[in-house]
Amino acid sequence: MNKRPPFSKSRSYSQWRREVYSSQRERKDKFSSISFRDQPELVTPENGGAVEYSESLGHPGEFPFTRGIQPTMYRGRMWTMRQFAGFGSPEDTNRRFKYLLGQGQTGLSTAFDMPCLMGYDPDHPRSVGEVGREGVSVPTLDDMDRLFEGIALDQVTTSMTINCTATVAFAFYFALAKRRGISFDKIGGTIQNDMLKEFIAQKEWISPPAPSVKLVCDIIEFCAGSAPKFNPVSISGYHIREAGATAVQELAFTLADGLAYVDHCLARGMELDTFAPRLSFFFDVHNDFFEEIAKFRAARRIWARLMRDRYGAKTEASCKLRTHAQTAGVSLTAQQPVNNVARVALQALAAVLGGVQSLHTNSMDETLSLPTEDAVRVALRTQQIIAEESGVTNVIDPLGGSYYIERLTDEIEAEAHEYIKQIDALGGMLKAVEIGFPQKEISESAYQFQLQVDDHQQVIVGVNAYVEGGEQEIPTLKIDHAAERQQIERIREYKIRRNHIAWRKALDEVERTCVENRNVVPVLIDAVTTGATLGEISDVYRRVFGVYTDPGML
Amino acid sequence: MTQSEPSTRPIRTLIAKAGLDGHDRGAKVIARALRDAGMEVIYTGLHQTTDHIVRAAIQEDVDCIGLSILSGAHMTLFPELLQKLSEQNASDILVFGGGIIPKDDIVELKKLGVKEIFVPGTHTQDVIAWIKANVPLD
Repeated sequence: MNKRPPFSKSRSYSQWRREVYSSQRERKDKFSSISFRDQPELVTPENGGAVEYSESLGHPGEFPFTRGIQPTMYRGRMWTMRQFAGFGSPEDTNRRFKYLLGQGQTGLSTAFDMPCLMGYDPDHPRSVGEVGREGVSVPTLDDMDRLFEGIALDQVTTSMTINCTATVAFAFYFALAKRRGISFDKIGGTIQNDMLKEFIAQKEWISPPAPSVKLVCDIIEFCAGSAPKFNPVSISGYHIREAGATAVQELAFTLADGLAYVDHCLARGMELDTFAPRLSFFFDVHNDFFEEIAKFRAARRIWARLMRDRYGAKTEASCKLRTHAQTAGVSLTAQQPVNNVARVALQALAAVLGGVQSLHTNSMDETLSLPTEDAVRVALRTQQIIAEESGVTNVIDPLGGSYYIERLTDEIEAEAHEYIKQIDALGGMLKAVEIGFPQKEISESAYQFQLQVDDHQQVIVGVNAYVEGGEQEIPTLKIDHAAERQQIERIREYKIRRNHIAWRKALDEVERTCVENRNVVPVLIDAVTTGATLGEISDVYRRVFGVYTDPGML
Repeated sequence: MTQSEPSTRPIRTLIAKAGLDGHDRGAKVIARALRDAGMEVIYTGLHQTTDHIVRAAIQEDVDCIGLSILSGAHMTLFPELLQKLSEQNASDILVFGGGIIPKDDIVELKKLGVKEIFVPGTHTQDVIAWIKANVPLD
């Protein structure tokens, strides 16, 4: 009998590292993630995450939900493919919505224009050049009606990305349901309504942080009572990450924002388990594949434990972190734009392996303009290819138990906890935002990243490596000024046509409600029905709650 | 005055954000990079009107204004800024820009008097070098 040659010895990892690996050559000095995380060359049972299966992972659908929030995950139901869309007039976007539904998209997501997002009507001087440009113009209830013409509000779930004027958009949507005779408990969907991350990152605001948080929680409170299928907030890391945060900063600041809303609702006397199950999240999914997957897994575990241990959640539903994800707009390049299709595919795959509930894939042309229909279709097809062809949806949390993934999940969890502790020590996220703590941390990371790109420590294909001379040309979407003119005409007529007595009375009631610090949502639904516009209600907020201006910190 | 004389004072730059656009990552990164390169940098903060930017530029006696726009409103805001500078006899202040700005629009904006537009992916050293080469120091 032949004796097998002794090719390998039985070594411990530390022995292997000392005796074998240390004498090898590596192609660079340092291996680190896009978030500046040093990466080990190998993870083994010796240096892997300390996996206590039932304690730190649990089966899918079981606390702490590391492996996913549903027992079946994508074997039961695919994630919702939800492409963010909005430009021009409500009719323009209505056509895009119907196109996307016709292509097999399963939920809608509305992008509003800057005037809507900042609380100005189209006829305001600050709106010049911005009406319908970066999103759709919806300053009145009638415009919301046009936006959803021929779309059944009780059949399709709609997400609305709007924040400082979220109360107004919410009122439009629910007033429209009322107009169409659909009861509020049939309406599913999500409104972003996350003001803390506005001050941290996206920078769309009207009033200072404290009254802004009050308005956020008005919607949470209203939904807990009257719209149980609607997600009243989408606590968002996306913008935090896009502004330059690391993966850990994105995670920690987002969860800390969530904690601040929970604290505020509890301080109002609400019961945790009446609103916690409807808190939803929204994360970025960036380039670093494994770091992103670990981030989603860590997010679920941290949130579950915080809800149980810090707040004493009585139901599992209160502990489940449900999340939407969007591929990283900031990772796309204007140079060689077709390469963006590959980036988006990898990021989308990470989101799916991370167990998200819904997903937006960016279009290849988004560093150039709003996406064309063709570019959006490729982005949507990317999700469909992952869902139908790649096979990754067959097995739940297929990377669970990987030495590396579990170690990364543990590390990210521990580092996020450190940040949350710091924010707690500052008195919570509202205070931290007021003194600019997360803002400063993010600016620092953004600058570090740029320096690393400048000296090629971070490689961006087509930008600082593999650069081509001649530029690839792809078609881009052109938005003409007709929509702006039309929306200005329309709102002028609208303001003349409405019943002035009813309108005035309703708007006064909004003001009184704000002054008396009551929940503004029910009176807003009445006010928009009488014809109050988004800009007018925002003016009430400016008068009662004050105006916030950017401190302009570098 | 000869062109080869070394500069005797730091270049003063106003980095500005106009309109309703809230994307300030690029503006802040560039502001810090210019400062690290020895320039004096004033950052306006977000949501400024072009009137405010012109006023700040004159008060601060800057050599150049870098206007950052990622909201698509560039064809409104750049011309407005140039117009207002000219009304204040301040057209000697050099205007450059950055943001998500399509190629065709860059051509148009340059015709109107915007000296350069930097798009995402630009090396910060390229911006610094461009400013140094184009700002005439007396």
